[in-house]
Amino acid sequence: MTCARPRIPCESSVRHSVIALAIALSGCSGIQSALDPKGPKAAGVLHLTWFLVGTAAVVYVVVVAMLVWVLRRGSQSPVDLDPKLGTEVTEHHGGMKTWVVSATVMTTIILIGFVFVDLSTARSLSTVGGAAPLRIDVVGHQWWWEVKYPDPNDPQNDIETANEIHVPVGRAVLIKMKSGDVIHSFWAPNLDGKKDLIPGHETVTWFRADTVGVYRGQCAEFCGYEHAKMAFYVVAEPRIEFERWLAQQRAEASTPGDSLAQGGERVFLSSSCAMCHSIAGTGAGSNNGPDLTHLASRRTIAAGTLPNTAANLESWILDPQMIKPGAKMPANRIDPQSLRALVAYLQELK
Amino acid sequence: MAHAYALPSPNEPDDRRGFISEAEEQDVRTRLEQSWEEGSGLYAWLTSTSHKSIAKRYIVTALVFFALGGIEAAVMRVQLSRPENHFVGPDLYNQIFTVHGSTMMFLFAVPVMEAIGLYMVPIMIGTRNVAFPRLNALGYWMYLIGGVLLYVAFFSNTGPDAGWFAYVPLAGPAYSPGKRIDIWAQMITFTEIAGLIGAVEIITTVFKQRAPGMSLNRIPLFVWSEVIMSFMIIFALPAIVIASGALAADRLVDTHFFNPAEGGDALLWQHLFWFFGHPEVYIILIPALGMISSIVTTFTRRSIFGYPAMVLSLISTAFLGFSLWVHHMFATPLPQLGQSLFTAASAAIAIPTGIQIFCWMATIWSGRPRYTTAFMFVIGFVLLFVLGGLSGVMISSIPYDLQVHDTFFVVAHFHYVLIGGAVFPLWGAFYYWFPKMTGRLLSERAGKWNFWLFFAGVNLTFFPMHFLGLMGMPRRVYTYLPEMGWGNLNLVSSIGAVVIVASAIVFVGNVVVSLRGGTPSGDNPWGASTLEWATPSPAPIYNHLFIPIVNGREPLWTNPPGELPVVTGLRTDRHEGLITSLMDAEPEHRYEFKQPTILPLILALAGGGSIIVAIFTPWGVTIGAALTLLILFCWFWPTISPDHDTPRRHPREMP
Repeated sequence: MTCARPRIPCESSVRHSVIALAIALSGCSGIQSALDPKGPKAAGVLHLTWFLVGTAAVVYVVVVAMLVWVLRRGSQSPVDLDPKLGTEVTEHHGGMKTWVVSATVMTTIILIGFVFVDLSTARSLSTVGGAAPLRIDVVGHQWWWEVKYPDPNDPQNDIETANEIHVPVGRAVLIKMKSGDVIHSFWAPNLDGKKDLIPGHETVTWFRADTVGVYRGQCAEFCGYEHAKMAFYVVAEPRIEFERWLAQQRAEASTPGDSLAQGGERVFLSSSCAMCHSIAGTGAGSNNGPDLTHLASRRTIAAGTLPNTAANLESWILDPQMIKPGAKMPANRIDPQSLRALVAYLQELK
Repeated sequence: MAHAYALPSPNEPDDRRGFISEAEEQDVRTRLEQSWEEGSGLYAWLTSTSHKSIAKRYIVTALVFFALGGIEAAVMRVQLSRPENHFVGPDLYNQIFTVHGSTMMFLFAVPVMEAIGLYMVPIMIGTRNVAFPRLNALGYWMYLIGGVLLYVAFFSNTGPDAGWFAYVPLAGPAYSPGKRIDIWAQMITFTEIAGLIGAVEIITTVFKQRAPGMSLNRIPLFVWSEVIMSFMIIFALPAIVIASGALAADRLVDTHFFNPAEGGDALLWQHLFWFFGHPEVYIILIPALGMISSIVTTFTRRSIFGYPAMVLSLISTAFLGFSLWVHHMFATPLPQLGQSLFTAASAAIAIPTGIQIFCWMATIWSGRPRYTTAFMFVIGFVLLFVLGGLSGVMISSIPYDLQVHDTFFVVAHFHYVLIGGAVFPLWGAFYYWFPKMTGRLLSERAGKWNFWLFFAGVNLTFFPMHFLGLMGMPRRVYTYLPEMGWGNLNLVSSIGAVVIVASAIVFVGNVVVSLRGGTPSGDNPWGASTLEWATPSPAPIYNHLFIPIVNGREPLWTNPPGELPVVTGLRTDRHEGLITSLMDAEPEHRYEFKQPTILPLILALAGGGSIIVAIFTPWGVTIGAALTLLILFCWFWPTISPDHDTPRRHPREMP
């Protein structure tokens, strides 16, 4: 078995042979998969999953075996009862009642066992795994994720980014969620199950990434037009790298170096860009769209839709509606020279 | 020749017990035909109040909607067959899955289950029509108008696009401007009316019009299931009445039921919707379980094992069905302890369902199965439904559900339970009762093709979706990136959809060919035991020549054919029926069914028209109320029996 994309790690655990079909057909478990847990919560659920799948498979096989058995027994019935002769039809084999009652009792016992295992798993997973969790605020918007890292000591140090959540490996993360418009659902299956973002309610979840890596998440509650293109990435990195990233994000936007980028900044500030986006350290301070202060440090644009490259930035700025129809960002009439300058500027926003 | 137990009658007061002569039968037949015949032509068709012709329209309309919903599903499968496909865009895709879900739930599944009941129940319990024939006609017309409204909107690119459960605030005025959601909400209003009417008809008819002797413990299990479904409808629909009414008010007259900024609550909608929405799936499932009991009895030639357990299981399923709704809301901020109760209830509902499956198995064990197409669909039901039920028990677990909620795993789960649990029994019922409805047998050979293609197609389409869900694919996405690795399984699923389409074509072909050239079935082609098989196929408009008398659970097996005791002495010159007591079905008094009239159609048009106007202006409600009142005035205008000399008697005066 080979992986089509090197970034996607392959899982070859024995247990996964149960889903051999899926793996054979699809390649790998993937960066957005409940079958490839990278933290204690997703791992706990996967254990529960195997328990459930195993139990269900056994029950299914038993039921099918019983069905086959009764069909064969029935076919061996010596008399083909002819109802036209008014056959006595209420007689039944004596053992049947015992059989039905014991099957029902077995069903009940299995279900009670299942509820017990399930509730104890739910209980253990709901406790935050680790002291002093890192707090991150997430706000869902049609169709992107606003991400904030509030600094409990100094609000000046709060940082804001979009569609990319960096977390230190091994430290629990507490996510507080709100919605800016409709209901969304936060879901990064390698790390955790879903939690809805509901206007008028604040919701909380936690997870911990135990392995360095980049994991993908996606809105899971239908939220309108571009629900399909509302993804985000969770970047789990060693603590030192995380701290470095945090420090970098706290800084204001870098001053454009060359004249091309300086021209790009002028384009940004004088066109409609600044009406929706903010870049800290410049005059652009609107928050209708994602904060772009450190845009170039992100892996993707348009909420996980495209890799963050110059070419993609150009086509996105020219006509977002071609790439993500219905997105709130309008098409922009901009001459090629200004566009090149603008993209050069954006690419310097590390 | 038939045994006759005479009821005291005003015309023939003597108590005559004995045999009815051929000549007498012929005489009664002629007179019944004269008084019940509705004539032909368009006007007669529009005014018909025969439960069979209305139910037949219901079934055909529901199947047309099923086909439309199926085509929508096929379009979705084409779009998802490969990553970044451009077959349809997000706007159309969102409309398609919303209309697909709404069609299947509101315009196909519940109506068709009620329609089969409205057709078969009166014949199975030995009465001439449903209790309120005009109301029944109104129900159908309302349903038709609602369905047509949705599709006119959809075909003119104003189809609803917020999902079949239309979560607010997405479905509210701020995020869904335009009229798309209003049309959805009003379509709900229509199906609410039609559904409630059907439920009232079935309950009243079964409770008060059963053949003498058909005490509660002799009612066929299918009839029980229809009654229990009807009670569920009566308790579940008010929740959606309130919800869709409040949503329409939020959108039309700026109320704020669901607007958190003004003190409303988005979660309120979810509670109301799922308090209806979860029972809804049992409303669909329970009649299907009744169909299975009919088919199993007939093709194993055995009474169902454990009849009381079966009835009690149906009832407890109905009760438990109302205590599961929060399992649709595990990802919302509800207290965990409260959610746990819903886990337990969701798991517990497997017990009554299990009991029924075990009882059917015991029945098969004791009998000798005949592998007709109808029976094959029952076997298919067990194989698919148990799988869907087990994945259902899995997702009643909160941690597990949080991973697969709103993913393709859930899509797989509910298609297994709805197709396996409801559509397979329904198709079995079509093969089983088609001869009774048309007088001709469907081809068994084509039926086997129909079954195997359907069975293979459903598994091929929906089984891979379990993996897609676990592999991270959320539902309701119009596209996905190639690197997600979901392409192959989606392609397999789409190929499965092609197989399902093939099976549908076989079915339609089978129906068309069999209608013209199918083997004539005779009264009782399967040698079945219940009363619908005691009358010619198709049943005459008055159902039974004489109201039968029942002395057991399987009347056609305990009484040799032609020797079923019957009631004589009912008037044949007008639409007279027999009212019996609730528990023991002892004759109480006579009842006259209403004559055909155009009023139901007019009321449906006026009511329907005003509800549609109410999409645009609140004046629709005012105008509609006035018009409706006027028509109801005519509706309830007292009518006088054709023969003035016989005033209708009060029941208490009956000897």
